[in-house]
Amino acid sequence: MSSKTLPLLFINLGGEMLYILDQRLRAQNIPSDKAKKVMNDIITTMFNKKFLEELFKPQELYSKKALRTVFDRLAHASIMRLNQASMDKLYDLMTMAFKYQVLLCPRPKDLLLVSFNHMDAIRDFVRDAPSILNQVDETYRQLIEMYTSLSGGEFQLIRQTLLIFFQDMHIRVSIFLKDKVQNSNGRFVLPTSGPVPYGTQIPGLIRMFNCSGDEVKKVQFHNAGNYASALREGSFEMYGERVIKLGTNMYSVSRPVETHMSGTSKNSAQHTKVNTAPNPLAKEELNFLARLMGGLEVRKPANPDTGFRVNLFATDEEEEEALISRPDELSYEVINIQATKDQQTNAELTRIMGEFTEQGEPSPSSSSKGEDLLAMMDGL
Amino acid sequence: MFMRHFRGPPSGCDSCSILVFVQLAALGCLHLQEKELVREPSMYHKEKSIQIKSSASALYNNLSVLRIAPRSLTYFTVVHANVVNMVSASWDGLNFSHRQLQSKEGSIPASSSLIMQASWCVLPSRELLVLTSQKGIQMYESDGSIMVYWHALDTPETPTAQAVFARGITAVRENYICVGVSSGSILIFDVPSKGSNVMLSEVLEEHRDPITDMASECSGNLGYVADLVTADDSGLLCVWKSGEDFQLLNKIPGFDVCCSTVKLWKGTVAAGYGTGQIRIYEAVTGIVHAEVNAHARWIYSLDIAPFSGLLLSGAEDSLVRVWHLTVNPDTSSVEIEHLYSECVTDTQICGAKFCDMDGYAFAVTGYDLSEIIRYTQT
Repeated sequence: MSSKTLPLLFINLGGEMLYILDQRLRAQNIPSDKAKKVMNDIITTMFNKKFLEELFKPQELYSKKALRTVFDRLAHASIMRLNQASMDKLYDLMTMAFKYQVLLCPRPKDLLLVSFNHMDAIRDFVRDAPSILNQVDETYRQLIEMYTSLSGGEFQLIRQTLLIFFQDMHIRVSIFLKDKVQNSNGRFVLPTSGPVPYGTQIPGLIRMFNCSGDEVKKVQFHNAGNYASALREGSFEMYGERVIKLGTNMYSVSRPVETHMSGTSKNSAQHTKVNTAPNPLAKEELNFLARLMGGLEVRKPANPDTGFRVNLFATDEEEEEALISRPDELSYEVINIQATKDQQTNAELTRIMGEFTEQGEPSPSSSSKGEDLLAMMDGL
Repeated sequence: MFMRHFRGPPSGCDSCSILVFVQLAALGCLHLQEKELVREPSMYHKEKSIQIKSSASALYNNLSVLRIAPRSLTYFTVVHANVVNMVSASWDGLNFSHRQLQSKEGSIPASSSLIMQASWCVLPSRELLVLTSQKGIQMYESDGSIMVYWHALDTPETPTAQAVFARGITAVRENYICVGVSSGSILIFDVPSKGSNVMLSEVLEEHRDPITDMASECSGNLGYVADLVTADDSGLLCVWKSGEDFQLLNKIPGFDVCCSTVKLWKGTVAAGYGTGQIRIYEAVTGIVHAEVNAHARWIYSLDIAPFSGLLLSGAEDSLVRVWHLTVNPDTSSVEIEHLYSECVTDTQICGAKFCDMDGYAFAVTGYDLSEIIRYTQT
């Protein structure tokens, strides 16, 4: 559908990821210099110039698999390591949070304000690092250039595209359940009260006119719901009051983040496989990944010993248990490059991937460069 | 007040509205403000839902209904991404059969092509099921068994900033099926009474923004000069007369608010907007008859029951509302009143359609819901 969806998807998911990682780093008492390095490294990677160029090109959204592969890479852009179970949980939280924000957006255009909320928080994370700040500011400019002139209808198309991407995801998030924004069946609560969106009138009034345009009758009908007038419009500039609260950081050290795996299989069994067709799409997805990853420069850690592991669960045992008990239909399969036999694509990928190999990666036993590459990708 | 097609409120129920008249004199005009102080009676009640194979996607007008009286069946279609869920329901509520149609490129399945809309087109000689997607237009026999015709859109090699897709489907008069495109073009297909010799007869270039919806005159009365109304993202409405060459009768400008859904009945346009407003216009002149602050969120679907003038609206605010439209062509007066509201909890409505010409029953779909919810008059 809309070819302008990917930048918003990526930036908002990335923003949620940073909120969660920031909370976990503090909860695990990681020394502040290390924590700051992780945040800075990830943000630098996210807003890398070449990467953004690829991101902002008109393109269709690819599969959840392909996007997950990119975020795996991003999460490992620094000295921090995440086990499979923690990475799965991180991705669940990111996606459910953004799904919630997309669904509850008062107007489709407010999706841009939600994105600016994430950007504002990111800018705050790197306020002490001028070079990264520049990258962030450049991204604001690109967002403003691409999106501020779009019509309501075009924003709705973007929103509809995102909603298809998030369709049938009903993972229960503890913090949402507690705040009563999500029901126990995993579906979000849609309020029928509060301010109406900017540009909308409170429902209830019918005005009827004669042929000359004079109002001849006014009737108030009973409105099921309890709405108030719209708030003022948020700012679409680089700096400004966004007004909308969706997209701001809802985590803090004292609010742990857990997801519930049980009880979701009933809903997830119904999800139709959109864009998860294996081989026919594998080549296109590979091309997409190659282009995107080509722009993802990964920092080499100066000293392998500075690396550390972050756990999204309360204990290591919980993390292990989560990995074993994760329902099959919710597993994010990382792209299996062995599925494609296209030599040309592999060669291109090899060239790009060759630009960023990490120090300290376990070296695969095989000798050919192609197999090294496959092993590396499979290890993501 | 109620036409004979309604059952009206059950006897013994003192459910009449108490109207309070407040006179306001302003600029020499007398305004009457009426307020309903007592809630309207339970005009409809919920029936058993119909389960569908996959959930509804958030697309405008995402429900189509075809009533087949000779076989005591009703067909429903609901779009899920690249698939159309079709279910046929027997009137006794005992038998359901399902079918899924895939988006295609010609005869080849095209799973990456998302379907924007699916709708039955009822012509005097036949009924066709039309699917519009990112790649083109597929037309099937009404039960979805055979694809009768395929029309490819001009899709560029690499994606462009402006998305490409077809959206907006309606049958007009004896033999036309009209389909909208994201460029603003409207394709007019000439359909034979049987067989697959469908031909593209004309392309109307009046809209500059993506087409959202379109509708043909549904009163059954051939005397109205306007046959077709088309709507786009900017809110522009174009009114047409069909023929070998379609003729533009009127352009009703939008106010930069997307018109997502539109119906045409007795020469009157009912249009639903992204701001939650419904506006009623006289098609040929563009005169605004009524403005309704109907919903608190984007309206996704409107439908009209031609025999009774009932109007159904469904929106992202979880509400389905039933209105009554009275059109008196002689006095040129049009009135609209609110009759009923139903809240589908925690659901953003994406489709709402009457199941019969009287409006005795209606069906509703919502984003992420794998069921078609039904209501019948009490």
